[in-house]
Amino acid sequence: MSSTNKLLHFTKKGIYCPQAQVYIDPWSSVDKAIITHAHSDHARPGSNHYLAHKKSVPILKHRLGKDINVNGIEYNESIEINGVKISLHPAGHIPGSAQVRLEYKGEVAVVSGDYKLEDDGLTEAFEPVKCNTFVTESTFGLPVYKWKKQKEIFDDINNWWRQNKEKGKASVICGYSLGKAQRILFNVDKSIGRIFGHGAVTIINEAMSNEQLNLPLIEKANSTFTKKDFVGSLIIAPPSAIGNPWLRKFEPYSLGYASGWMNIRGAKRREGIDIGFALSDHADWNELNTAVKETGAEKIYVTHGYTAVFVKWLCENGFNAEELKTEFIGESDQE
Amino acid sequence: MKQFAELFEVLDRTNKTNDKIEIIREYFSKANDDDKIWVLYLFSGGKIKKKFNTSRLKEWAIEYANIPKWLFDESYNSVGDLAETISLILPDKEIHTEKTLSEWIEYIEDINKVKEENRKEKIIEAWKSLNQNEKFVFNKLLTGGFRIGVSQKTVINALSELENIETNIISHRLMGNWHPERITYRDLLNSENIRDEISKPYPFFLAHPIEDKPEELGNPEDWQAEWKWDGIRGQLIHRQGELFLWSRGEELVTEKFPEFERIKNFLPDGIVLDGEIMCYENESPLPFNLLQTRIGRKNVTQKILKDAPVVFMIYDVLEMDGVDIRFKTLKERRELITNYELRITNGMFLKISKTIDFQSWDELRLIREKSRENLTEGLMLKRKDSAYQVGRKKGDWWKWKIDPLTIDAVLIYAQKGHGRRADLYTDYTFAVWDNGELVSFAKAYSGLTDKEIKEVEDFVKRNTLEKFGPVRTVKPELVFEIACEGISESRRHKSGIALRFPRISRWRKDKKIEEADSLESLKKLLK
Repeated sequence: MSSTNKLLHFTKKGIYCPQAQVYIDPWSSVDKAIITHAHSDHARPGSNHYLAHKKSVPILKHRLGKDINVNGIEYNESIEINGVKISLHPAGHIPGSAQVRLEYKGEVAVVSGDYKLEDDGLTEAFEPVKCNTFVTESTFGLPVYKWKKQKEIFDDINNWWRQNKEKGKASVICGYSLGKAQRILFNVDKSIGRIFGHGAVTIINEAMSNEQLNLPLIEKANSTFTKKDFVGSLIIAPPSAIGNPWLRKFEPYSLGYASGWMNIRGAKRREGIDIGFALSDHADWNELNTAVKETGAEKIYVTHGYTAVFVKWLCENGFNAEELKTEFIGESDQE
Repeated sequence: MKQFAELFEVLDRTNKTNDKIEIIREYFSKANDDDKIWVLYLFSGGKIKKKFNTSRLKEWAIEYANIPKWLFDESYNSVGDLAETISLILPDKEIHTEKTLSEWIEYIEDINKVKEENRKEKIIEAWKSLNQNEKFVFNKLLTGGFRIGVSQKTVINALSELENIETNIISHRLMGNWHPERITYRDLLNSENIRDEISKPYPFFLAHPIEDKPEELGNPEDWQAEWKWDGIRGQLIHRQGELFLWSRGEELVTEKFPEFERIKNFLPDGIVLDGEIMCYENESPLPFNLLQTRIGRKNVTQKILKDAPVVFMIYDVLEMDGVDIRFKTLKERRELITNYELRITNGMFLKISKTIDFQSWDELRLIREKSRENLTEGLMLKRKDSAYQVGRKKGDWWKWKIDPLTIDAVLIYAQKGHGRRADLYTDYTFAVWDNGELVSFAKAYSGLTDKEIKEVEDFVKRNTLEKFGPVRTVKPELVFEIACEGISESRRHKSGIALRFPRISRWRKDKKIEEADSLESLKKLLK
């Protein structure tokens, strides 16, 4: 973490802008933290002041504590700290996720957090931001990760649900409770049957409900329901439900997992699931390349994921790219 | 092709046999006959005539995908399967075609006929007309690496339900050197055949394991003891001048053992024998893994016949002179076999499993300790007055197996696995002490739970000392108990020993590396 840059320093506590004295997604407690989105590897507790997009605020309060000192702003609304102009821009990752743009004396840096380029219908679509320095993730930085169009994936999910229903089975689909779960809920064909959520999902839905996301209301799959209620229904659960006895109440059921890793057969089988859907909230190989290109940045810093591979690839293609060690995780079982 | 790619994908998803049967039945009820015969052929282990050179395919894929070779290699390391990697890195389908599976196979066979320099063009054209799933299946056809995880028995069960024909008749009809280019699906399955009946095996009688207390079985005099040979249980049928060999999985394996044909010359007609198919030479069994070279291969070559000589070790007789005698007592059946002894053992390929004389259970216990030395898995105990029953019934037949050998060893290298475990460090190399140094002596894969695999994965990532290509040298810290069926000398391994069927039996979190075994102590276990 010795790397330095005019606007950004990469320190033990995280990505730091010394001129504005703010950190972006720090992994230790600091005075001022700007949060790209509320996933736990990006939003950590213990800082004195938080700044994030308005939609992230209720989730941050839910996850980091009601009493945290947090300000929410809109996309493209800028604030100024010690001459640094700071603004947030849609990252397309989950509702409220943002790229952080910092501008000082004509120099622009963008820290993109996690992002994807395809418009999922629920999340504000990614907007490319021109900059001199771009910090990008690389979770799926290998050319074997290329997503199908969202519509095709949801056709697959709907068909799977429909077929299970015909066979008198419940359909349990696992995905991050923050982001993926709402994306699924928003996009599945709700005419097929009843939808339930795991407690971890419904509580996030509630926290988000003030933000006019237009999410349909779903019930928590708790003990007030019997097996009969679940027959033919869709249950949205976090990945931690895989292999958990909690699933027994839905028997007979088919278990699905929505994650970018499901693009590979080996990963599908390893998870002990019935079906995998390669539905990711991260950029695939082509999107990463497009995003980097569109920033027009002279300097690219690559964080969490296939960093070494993506850096080598970018350098061979004429970019000035460098690996950046961070404590971000990307898409994993933990949220 | 779409249908077949989907069939492959859904089969890949499940490991429940009943689901697989259902999926295959469904496919066969819809697919056209030209495709069905090919699917049957592929599922029975048949291959397309000529395999493609994989390095060529890789070259062409790299060129068409327009990526550097190192990036392809990184991708391959992460995916763990060449056909799949190629299918994933290539651009989307560009040309629309509706070729069926059999048409694509024809296409592949035709590529083999064109000149070398024109093949690339044909392959790339194919890639352009297939979606990702189809590309994957197509590549598998090209590379001959079709592992479907479906046994022939599953296919037979599915067809039996669909066609309403008994399973053993279907097994029989699928026998022989048929090829999809020479026979239709209908002709193959409906070949009313007089041989259907004569090949029929009896259901196997299976034994239950007994723990360490044979005393509970009562009087030793009532029991017959014999070695539990380490091969494949089988049934040898000689009826109406024809010979059939069934494995315990009720698969017809006659063709894998062509030398047995000669048994017909001296074994009387109308007889069914129960026994063990095993590799054997100079009055001594050979290691089990030799036998594996026979199985799972459509063609058994001369070299294999020579390198893996086999016998049928007779345990029991179920039919004689065309009459079912399973109701007779074991003692009576045994006498019938021994009456034939002279005729049988003068011929080649047949042995009679000797019974072991013993007066007391303690005496037998001592004999059992020689099991490993005799290259057997332990002992079989059968009640002398027992009939040959059906399936796994408790009471009359018991197996008294020896415990596996166990070795405490240190994890020193880890490599990413393939298939189900691609992208995880699950290929482990273990070491034991030799003069104060850790020397590698075994690789082992299975035996850990998915949770433990994740734990080891974390350890490997945090404790890598060096990387050589895909192999990571890890800090020697974790101790595992390795179980194996035997240890033999080996010139191929640096340690000088080779383990038979090594696997991780448990993670010894309670042990420090200093407590691992030494090479010296392992060498003492050599026969």
